[in-house]
Amino acid sequence: MAHIQLKNISKKFGNHTALADLDLDIADGEFFVLLGETGAGKTTTLRLIAGLEKPTEGQVFIDGVDVADWGAAERDVALVLQQYSLYPRYTVRENLEFPLRPKIRRVPEAEIKDRVARAAQTLRIEHLLDRKTDRLSGGEMQRVSIGRAIVRKPRVFLMDEPLSALDAKLRESLRTDLKSLQMQLGATFLFVTHDQIEAMSMGDKIGVLNHGRIVQTGTPQEIYNNPRDTYVASFVGSPPMNLIDGKLVDGRAVMAPMNFELPYAGAAGGGNGGMPKAGGAMDGRPLVFGIRPEDVHLESGAPVEAMVHDVENHGVEKILTLRVGDTTLRATVPARTDVQIEQPVRFAWNPDKVVLFDKASGVSLQHSA
Amino acid sequence: MTQIELRGVQKYFGAVQVIKNLNLAIADNEFIVLLGQSGCGKTTTLRAVAGLETIDEGDILIDGKPVQNLKAADRDIALVFQSFSLYPHMSVYENIAFPLRATRKSKAEIDTEVRSIAKTLQITHLLGLKPSALSGGDMQRVAIGRALVRRPKALLMDEPIGALDAKLREEMRAEIKRLHVRQGSTTIYVTHDQIEAMSLADRIVIMHEGVLQQVGTPDEVYSRPANLFVAQFVGSPVMNVAEAAVAGDTDSATVKLKGADTGFEFPQALLSKLNGHASGGKLALGIRPEGVIVSHDKAQGFLPVEAQIIEPLGSYDIVDLKVGSSILRARTRSGFVGGAGAKVFARIDPEQAHFFDTASGQSLGVRL
Repeated sequence: MAHIQLKNISKKFGNHTALADLDLDIADGEFFVLLGETGAGKTTTLRLIAGLEKPTEGQVFIDGVDVADWGAAERDVALVLQQYSLYPRYTVRENLEFPLRPKIRRVPEAEIKDRVARAAQTLRIEHLLDRKTDRLSGGEMQRVSIGRAIVRKPRVFLMDEPLSALDAKLRESLRTDLKSLQMQLGATFLFVTHDQIEAMSMGDKIGVLNHGRIVQTGTPQEIYNNPRDTYVASFVGSPPMNLIDGKLVDGRAVMAPMNFELPYAGAAGGGNGGMPKAGGAMDGRPLVFGIRPEDVHLESGAPVEAMVHDVENHGVEKILTLRVGDTTLRATVPARTDVQIEQPVRFAWNPDKVVLFDKASGVSLQHSA
Repeated sequence: MTQIELRGVQKYFGAVQVIKNLNLAIADNEFIVLLGQSGCGKTTTLRAVAGLETIDEGDILIDGKPVQNLKAADRDIALVFQSFSLYPHMSVYENIAFPLRATRKSKAEIDTEVRSIAKTLQITHLLGLKPSALSGGDMQRVAIGRALVRRPKALLMDEPIGALDAKLREEMRAEIKRLHVRQGSTTIYVTHDQIEAMSLADRIVIMHEGVLQQVGTPDEVYSRPANLFVAQFVGSPVMNVAEAAVAGDTDSATVKLKGADTGFEFPQALLSKLNGHASGGKLALGIRPEGVIVSHDKAQGFLPVEAQIIEPLGSYDIVDLKVGSSILRARTRSGFVGGAGAKVFARIDPEQAHFFDTASGQSLGVRL
């Protein structure tokens, strides 16, 4: 159990700045997901906490104590990586016992047995205990790796893309397994991934990392509904938020390329609480309008005409790509919607759900206000 | 105008049977997707149609004529693979024109055909480049152009966009579909990606361990899966499947999941539709997450359940509900269920329920 803080961290590798001015606060018992693309600095952050790297500047605190001088072993964190590093000639049981065997730990034999049994039960690998690890499937191996972390009862679990090497169906089921494991243990988890679905579905909090900087920290709902900038907006959500260039004119959204227009709720002053009112001051300023695909609707009398460019069929729903001139945007519609490619349709958006971004900086007006 | 038919096709690799008694009729202009996991026999089937594999038994007919003894070159079928297989020393133009060399067409005719196909694929500006200068998507466009330029009877594609990154894959998928809508040629397309299959196919052919599981439109395959394999292969998150006991009297029926105290209410008609299965063999209830209806109020037909884990996915949530010893995953509006441990009520939408014979895995075809 531990509360982790990173204060003003920067990390340089030669001339390359991997992390800059990084502040993170991970509460005790929290499932925190660090989300970012390859090279964003996720793994570096994790390794700093684990004690495998030293920060160029800044401090790492575990439960309020600056751990700069602590080695990796003293920090008592457990690492689970994408590649399962199990001992192939050992059985699952031997692999689980291994972290408890070193002389310095001196865990009594009865306790070792007990901890292994519990870990195996939690992870539903009891039936595999006497099997050699080279005879396990990928999902089973990853469960054993996690088991080996659990038996030690570490203060913090650090997980670096542990699900990325598994196939889609298995990833889906291990997501819930991991989340329920964390709730059961009440442990602090720092989970690193490039997969926004993993971040959304598991995280109590998400930190979005871009080029070594934290762009936004918040609950999945905050990140999804109120992204700080166009980077977060287009990174989180599948399909991502539609981002369309335009400007406000007399309280209507006027899109630049084709001059199509849609109503904007901010103008009426109602609906969207925090949204800045689109008074005269906003008029003409270059903006980016953000709207999630589920907030774009097809309706026969709707204001804008578009062509259906593509239909992605998910069974439960369809994701349409609509084309207006050179602009394309996505709309999520019910599965029973019968549309064909190159069919003309009319669409509207939910004006309450529109997010405005400044065209130049990409920052949401709600966040810059 | 090309119809393709497979009749009683059997294929062995040594002692392993990779295609088991496959029967399939493909209509002219149809877009057929062979869907399955790796090793299910889908690629072998495609290669058998193309003439790159022999078959051990059965017939392959193109426009009614058996072709199983014809060489690949004589079947007039074009193939596109995942790896692009372009000639690196030739320009894009020469690559596309290559298949026409042997056709005794005049230079002017060849030029017209190459430019027309390039225009369709929107690669006219690339004609002078060497393949090494192209992106992955453009290389695959050229490969498709080369396949189509000689106007083959059918176009066969084996995971043509599997090697591309996610965004490009989506773009190319849309292009392939649009090309098919415009050109309309009989197409067989192999993939392991169910979204690709659902989005491209007129009909999907699902294979598992060499055996054809179901042939149907995307809607049929999703809404009326023939067996448990199809039910759980298509759709994400996967369909809930739980062992169930059906009981009832003259007025109503209930479906009780293993370990549960009370059963979900169903129309009485369920009993007659299940025939003898209700009392005898073991049953499994299949229900997709959108068919589990969650409510905050105790309404008629709703059972009290506890939420275990909530996965917020942005536009909707997937909520794990504990019912007896089973977990049912429900799809709800974003934020509908407050948090883990919340007490809510759930019912099963009978219209979206499936019943399977546990032993055989076959759907009992119940429709309510």
